[in-house]
Amino acid sequence: MRLPLPLSAEIVFARAAASLSRVVGAGGGTTVPGKLLWKLDPGAVDRLAARLPRGSALISATNGKTTTAAMAARILAPSVRLAHNRSGANLVSGVASTLLAARDAELGLFEVDEAALPEVARRLRPRAVLLGNLFRDQLDRYGELELLAARWREMVRELASDASLVVNGDDPQLGDLARKRPRSTVFGLDDPRHASDELQHAADSKWCIRCGTPYVYAAAYIGHLGDYRCPACGHTRPTLDVLAREIELKGLESASFQLVTPEGTRSIELGVPGLYNVYNALAAASLARALDASLDAIQAGLQGFSAAFGRFERIAIGERSLLVLLIKNPAGANEVVRTLLAGTQPRLLLVALNDEIADGRDVSWIWDVDFEPLLGGLERLVASGERAAELALRFKYAGLPTDAIEVIPSLEEALDRGLELTPAHGELVALPTYTAMLGLRDLVARRGFVKPYWEAAA
Amino acid sequence: MKIVVGHLFPDYLNIYADRGNMAVLERRAAWRGHELEVLPLGAGTEIPPGVHDLFYVGGGQDREQELIAPALADMGDALREAVAGGAAALAVCGGYQLLGSFYRDQSGAELPGAGLLPLHTVAGERRMIGDVLLECELVPGQPRSVAGFENHAGRTYLDEGAEPLGRVLAGFGNDGESGHEGCRAGRVIGTYLHGPLLPRNPWLADWLLAQALAHRTGEPPQLEPLEDELEAEAHAVSADRARIRGGRY
Repeated sequence: MRLPLPLSAEIVFARAAASLSRVVGAGGGTTVPGKLLWKLDPGAVDRLAARLPRGSALISATNGKTTTAAMAARILAPSVRLAHNRSGANLVSGVASTLLAARDAELGLFEVDEAALPEVARRLRPRAVLLGNLFRDQLDRYGELELLAARWREMVRELASDASLVVNGDDPQLGDLARKRPRSTVFGLDDPRHASDELQHAADSKWCIRCGTPYVYAAAYIGHLGDYRCPACGHTRPTLDVLAREIELKGLESASFQLVTPEGTRSIELGVPGLYNVYNALAAASLARALDASLDAIQAGLQGFSAAFGRFERIAIGERSLLVLLIKNPAGANEVVRTLLAGTQPRLLLVALNDEIADGRDVSWIWDVDFEPLLGGLERLVASGERAAELALRFKYAGLPTDAIEVIPSLEEALDRGLELTPAHGELVALPTYTAMLGLRDLVARRGFVKPYWEAAA
Repeated sequence: MKIVVGHLFPDYLNIYADRGNMAVLERRAAWRGHELEVLPLGAGTEIPPGVHDLFYVGGGQDREQELIAPALADMGDALREAVAGGAAALAVCGGYQLLGSFYRDQSGAELPGAGLLPLHTVAGERRMIGDVLLECELVPGQPRSVAGFENHAGRTYLDEGAEPLGRVLAGFGNDGESGHEGCRAGRVIGTYLHGPLLPRNPWLADWLLAQALAHRTGEPPQLEPLEDELEAEAHAVSADRARIRGGRY
């Protein structure tokens, strides 16, 4: 029997760099070792992945990658040792770092950045790939949606013939990918009671991917996701293999649905709210099923899931609490707004807009978000982050009086102000973009209310 | 006073938050007691002369632009007539390209333009992405600055003698080389700048509203100034971004 490859010097060196990065306080060191390894030997990632006895599964989507991966991990972890990039370091370097750290893992479970997916798939030769959705997001970084969709199509063509493909059939671009592959699973929603009245402004793939005619929707759930049909050429949503029925949304607290699969049906009680989390759960269930998880394991895993990092987190701060809901693009932010309003009509909001690379340097997307429904009960907005003034304008032109808006670019000062305005035993709702979310979490961690993310994720 | 805006292909051309521009026009008109009526204009819609005071056309992705370019080009005569009659127009990004004479993609295929602006566009290899700062002088002797964000692969070339919207202080502009951004032909303005454009450049929104009101009444009105503190702050941050990290080759 051949022994696994010996740990080479570069791998040992790269692992040491991770510890060093934490010691010097440079953050979690979540990508430092991977970046180093990448420089020393790009092919090392391929070899590390090839050592995983049960291969790798990749998860990509504009929205829901981190949560879906965390749900899948919860399902799979009891029966298999995972290498999982749970803190969201999802470029090649993040995958490399995770592989370096997970010495005795059996299965790789990786969320992967949409643009990095083709390269990661080439290197890891995954046994399963899950494609969740494609929305307009960070056009300054990813380029146009069509371009990304074309790269994904190419990636799917290059997958090993025995690899499983799992796609969201409600997304016209993705549903189509499953048609030509025998080993594919299509998931989607089947509950028109939760359809929106009209296509949201943030809907993207509204035109038939074959002939360009506007789709007709029997039900549009989130953005352009739904049960579509082209009235001209007949292009239509593929038949669903795994679906959610009888969906019940319980405000800000939870959701439940019937998970229907070819193997049977299970009631799922989710500890996280919103239709978007039903999509995430459905995606995780479909992927786990493709990785041979049983229905019982899927049910237990989904029901035991609480929340992924920064996506929907409640942090107790003394006698108040902070609810952190990440916003990063129009489709995702719309669902956050919809879910928030299902639970409460906030009188006070902290919204933080940064424009670093991870947030998107182009902040125009905030104008495509339907923030307007929040204005009903909103008495005060604390606008924060590097582009606090731009955010303030978004709400001003939505109709919020300027004397209800406080512009406080410093996250720390904005958090303090928000907490000061929050009554005792009350909750401050914060909607930060990605780096602002990291900043907020870091602030509350330094004050001792939450662990730093590399510890929480460990 | 009622101001009628013809919004061209709003379902297709809306990629960079074009509705932010519409919201700014609407509110700033309302704060001065004017009502903005926005009429969507799609394929085959009639454009009767004199009805619209202002036209707006936003940006789209390549696929959307391909889908509507022929229909928009077909409206060229009606649009030119409306503009000759004094209507104003603002075109952003993809809409800016489509108001020229043509757009040639990388394969050499051409999309027809509406012919409202004296320019043409040729797709380039590298996208020009980043913050931009311009200096403009729409009213002689009154230099103003415009801050925004650009993201385009097309290189736009102005015809001989055509007037750019502004001079690039930071960023790429029309083609990354000429030092010019956008185009201005009378009351018609085209630009690559989104962000969206008008919230952080409210003086330009007011200029457009004044032109639209002039079409209605015959005289450009004096619009009373508004409290623009937040706008000025957003402009300053955006301008800083352009100076520090605006695109350059």
